[in-house]
Amino acid sequence: MIQPTVLRSRAEDLAAVLPPLMAEAEHLASTVLLGAHGRRRSGMGDEFWQYRPAMPGDEARAIDWRRSARSDAHFVREKEWQAAQSVLLWVDDAHSMDFTSDKNLPAKGDRAKLLSLAIAILLIRGGERVALAALGTPPRSGELQLIRIAQALTNRADRPDYGAPQVRGMLAHSRALFVSDFMGDINPVTAQLTKAADRGVKGVILQVLDPQEEAFPFDGRTIFESMGRSLSHETLKAGELRDRYLQRLAERKDALHTLARRTGWQYHCHHTSDAAQSALLWIYSALERRR
Amino acid sequence: MFTFAGIAFTAPWLLLGLVALPILWILLRAVPPAPIRRLFPGVALLLGLTDDETQTDKTPWWLLLIRTLAIAAVIIGFAGPVLNPQDDTPGAGPLLILTDGTWADARDWPRRIERIDAALDDAARTARPVAVVSLTDLPPGDLAFQSADVWATRLPSLLPKPWEPDDTRVAAWTAGLTGSFQTFWMSDGLERAGRAALLETLESHGTVTVFESPRPIMALRPATFEDGAVQITAIRARTGDPSEAIVVAHGLDPAGIERELARVGITFAPSDPFASTAISLPPELRNRITRFQIEGVRSAGAVSLTDDALKRREVALIAGRDDREGLELLAPTHYLEQALEPTADLIDGAITDILLANPDVIILADVATLAPAESDAIADWVDQGGLLLRFAGPRLAASEVSRAEEDPLMPVRLRAGGRSVGGAMSWGEPKALRGFGQGSPFFGLDIPPDVTVSAQVMAQPDPSLADRVIAALADGTPLVTRKRVGDGQVVLFHVTANAEWSTLPLSGLFVQMLERLAVSTRPARPDAADLEGTVWVPSEVLDGFGHVQDAGTMPGVAGEDLGSATPGPDLPPGLYAGEDRRIALNVIGADTTIAPTTWPSRIAVEGLEVLREIALKGWLLSLALAILAADIIASLWLSGRLTGPRSGVATALVALALMLPQDAKAQDRAEEFALSATSEVVLAHVITGDTRVDQVAEAGLRGLSDILFARTSIEPAMPIAVNLETDELSFFPILYWPITPDQPLPSAEAYTKLNRYLRTGGMILFDTRDADIASFGAASPAGRKLQQLARPLDIPPLEPIPTDHVLTRSFYLLQDYPGRHLSRDVWVEAAPPDAEQVEGMPFRNLNDNVTPVVIGGNDWASAWAVDSSGTWMFPVGRGFAGERQREIAFRFGVNLIMHVLTGNYKSDQVHVPALLDRLGQ
Repeated sequence: MIQPTVLRSRAEDLAAVLPPLMAEAEHLASTVLLGAHGRRRSGMGDEFWQYRPAMPGDEARAIDWRRSARSDAHFVREKEWQAAQSVLLWVDDAHSMDFTSDKNLPAKGDRAKLLSLAIAILLIRGGERVALAALGTPPRSGELQLIRIAQALTNRADRPDYGAPQVRGMLAHSRALFVSDFMGDINPVTAQLTKAADRGVKGVILQVLDPQEEAFPFDGRTIFESMGRSLSHETLKAGELRDRYLQRLAERKDALHTLARRTGWQYHCHHTSDAAQSALLWIYSALERRR
Repeated sequence: MFTFAGIAFTAPWLLLGLVALPILWILLRAVPPAPIRRLFPGVALLLGLTDDETQTDKTPWWLLLIRTLAIAAVIIGFAGPVLNPQDDTPGAGPLLILTDGTWADARDWPRRIERIDAALDDAARTARPVAVVSLTDLPPGDLAFQSADVWATRLPSLLPKPWEPDDTRVAAWTAGLTGSFQTFWMSDGLERAGRAALLETLESHGTVTVFESPRPIMALRPATFEDGAVQITAIRARTGDPSEAIVVAHGLDPAGIERELARVGITFAPSDPFASTAISLPPELRNRITRFQIEGVRSAGAVSLTDDALKRREVALIAGRDDREGLELLAPTHYLEQALEPTADLIDGAITDILLANPDVIILADVATLAPAESDAIADWVDQGGLLLRFAGPRLAASEVSRAEEDPLMPVRLRAGGRSVGGAMSWGEPKALRGFGQGSPFFGLDIPPDVTVSAQVMAQPDPSLADRVIAALADGTPLVTRKRVGDGQVVLFHVTANAEWSTLPLSGLFVQMLERLAVSTRPARPDAADLEGTVWVPSEVLDGFGHVQDAGTMPGVAGEDLGSATPGPDLPPGLYAGEDRRIALNVIGADTTIAPTTWPSRIAVEGLEVLREIALKGWLLSLALAILAADIIASLWLSGRLTGPRSGVATALVALALMLPQDAKAQDRAEEFALSATSEVVLAHVITGDTRVDQVAEAGLRGLSDILFARTSIEPAMPIAVNLETDELSFFPILYWPITPDQPLPSAEAYTKLNRYLRTGGMILFDTRDADIASFGAASPAGRKLQQLARPLDIPPLEPIPTDHVLTRSFYLLQDYPGRHLSRDVWVEAAPPDAEQVEGMPFRNLNDNVTPVVIGGNDWASAWAVDSSGTWMFPVGRGFAGERQREIAFRFGVNLIMHVLTGNYKSDQVHVPALLDRLGQ
């Protein structure tokens, strides 16, 4: 039994974070949301799609008599197919995502959560079903799911130093969005992505990096530590390491890119110093394209 | 003491610490700089990367060198190194240390004391009896040799005196010397008459060694005032090389704080012992000077006190309205200027500016109304001893000043109108002056028979009037009245300062009267005969170093001593105060010369240099600190803290030294305002605080500017809104001032500014904007507000625009002055009462000046107002008649601006034929 005071303070903590995140994500999403988007073909749905001549086999009750009365042939009124798609979001909440090099820049994790929530808002407003991997529930639609996702995103439980994607509960032929810095071991990523590809899941890999991680502007004797302090590396001349670090980083990006290409996913690298909106647009169009 | 290469060490054993330096080298070498801990997610990618070079594990050699040097400096520093360790000089027998102790010694007195101290030290070491004697301050009685320690304690009280040794006293003293002794003579380097005799006497007692400083000796003669400039002469002892000096004038600033007031360079020609220069100073500055001093020379000879001889009275002349160009003989201040110019410094300007200069006398020639701030300031100034001299005139006679109750700045109450005697319409003859009474300051002056008075302002009979009259007419009416206020006085001449009302300003009596009132006085340089029988009390005296000190309770001296004598113990140089003036007695007289000493070749002349021990400990420790500071920066740089991320603090500390604050925005706004207001002709309106009214005023002036641009050669820029409190008014030819019933009254400073603006030829167009509901002067709210606003303004008598006013024909021929309303009540400055129409001329020759105010209520701005697209903002009248009214309103605006900018040009009778022609006559 949780003490009411504890519950209260936790709820207030949550509420303190939630509204701005929601508001910011909605604000971001509103720049992209253009209206309900159908499947551009006939099917189940509410919106009118086209009239077509009745064919043998069409049920009599499918005939649109009003249209048919205006001509000699019979017409069937078709609706636009508006089947909902399932999208699974995995947002890395590891310690490494807390990093920010400058107080004016958002942490990588904040940017990742912002983008994820914004795309979730877009998808749910578009009628899709969205699931958050950390939530562990099947994909759902509706504003309530948005609130759940926002809540889960702001939940700071025990976290590893570097994150790895989880694809439990992923529906076959659904969509997925993985957001992380992909700085940790790449093997779990490869394994999960392969498994997802096996299930016919297509998706998007978004790598969020801090500008300092791209620049490595260090010099002198330095002990580098990971955000959770589980890893450390000491060097006497940090400047000497720059070229080799950048080479490794390029290799890591290349590996992710190759992996994505093989599994039919899409890869994008986003920096926290860039505008969130461009990244959101990219994700939106990437998810749209394969739909 | 261990000595090495001229440097001795007080604790040489500490130097063994230097042996430890190599050990330190090895130790330091093994310890690399401390690492920085950085959180960095990319560390996962770094794992397994190794450093290429293992050499950087150790501290680089140059950093080691810096640190080792720092440690070495500390060790050597604490070992107590001493430069120039002292060695001994022999000597025997009693020692007389003789010093001149004059002002010429003062410049390097500490070095002399040091030299005497060194000699005393030597004497103490060898137990020689010593006597220290100053020639300017001879000890009473015989020479008393005492132990050097005793003299060493008395040494601080040995000071140079600001006068020369008295030869007779020195001779008397040398006559009393007995026994044999060695003499050290600290000479001041100046040749004197008694020197040879004294040297001879001293040599008869033992050897004489002379110590003399080779430094050049300079002195300053009293400054004189000639040819409108202060003449300064410096003299020097040694010639042969060019040299320069800077003479600084010191004095009190308006706040009573002593400051440097001026400085001038003086250059000696190589062969010349004299050098002169002249400084031309503003009289205000010159009168404040209390002394001149050669900069950087600490000696009474380099200081020259100034007295009244350098001061001239400062007289401020203020006329009511003096912009009548070309009419100098009629100007109210012309005769005053002529009378005062030779003997006093005249200043003019705004009253508040003048008061800052603290003049001795302020003359107000026919000035009636003063703004409250001005009159308060003048009252304060009079209270503190100023002399306010006022002259009557038509404006004063027409004003309400000091009518019902006595104005603080007027000696008497005035009756309305004044009187005119001996004119065409009066029976009487012009009045002559009555002889001056005994209480009058003019008592004794001869009255020339041709001095007559034909018009004057009349004093209201009061109980106190009789005491205040200091000059009267033959029939007993007061001509000059005086009132004492605090330390000062207010004097009123009941006639004008020019020859309009009386012939007084034309006579020599006028100048004498001004002199008696101490408006113009010029102290002459006194000589002994002048000063006979007077007693002078020193108020400030100079010491040998040239410092001015309060004289305290020193006794007075007789005038004849002061006039003839040179400074001495009984007559120290300084400033002596008599009854009403002060005389400066300086060390250097007007024709003093100085020359360097010439010693016989048998006399050994030494310099004053003493090789002092110099402890190097402090220097070495400072060096160690400096090296350590360099080491900090080098270490920061080496460890990446100076260049890497989050190096802000370290970099800021380094950059702090290089940063210079730059802030020059303070004056930008005022400068911008001045530029925009003066680069082109600009119409301006006063900000009333009512946004709508201000917008309409702005739009109206914009419309008028457009019309002016289209029709005339006046091409105004965009109108400007003027804040009376903050903005300078003098840039604008005209101010449009719409009156709202609820606008705030300007502050006293703003009124001062407005009055100055009106006096210097500005014009204000007051617009009550209510001519539709009220005629001028009636009690409309705006009218009442206008009365309230204009009360402190210096506005002359007004009348409705006469039909022959220059406003009716300065560009268009007009007889109506409509705005949005059509009222004929528009008021301007009244024509002088003597203006009369000449036969055959349609116009009178009216005032020469631009009327300072135009007052009406026709809401002109609304008639002129255009919006941004150039269309009328307000309807005027109805139909064609309304458009015609608007056109006439614009024509009035054009005439008004023309009148402001061209003045009385169209009033000139030269244009009459052309105008008659156009009028069809």
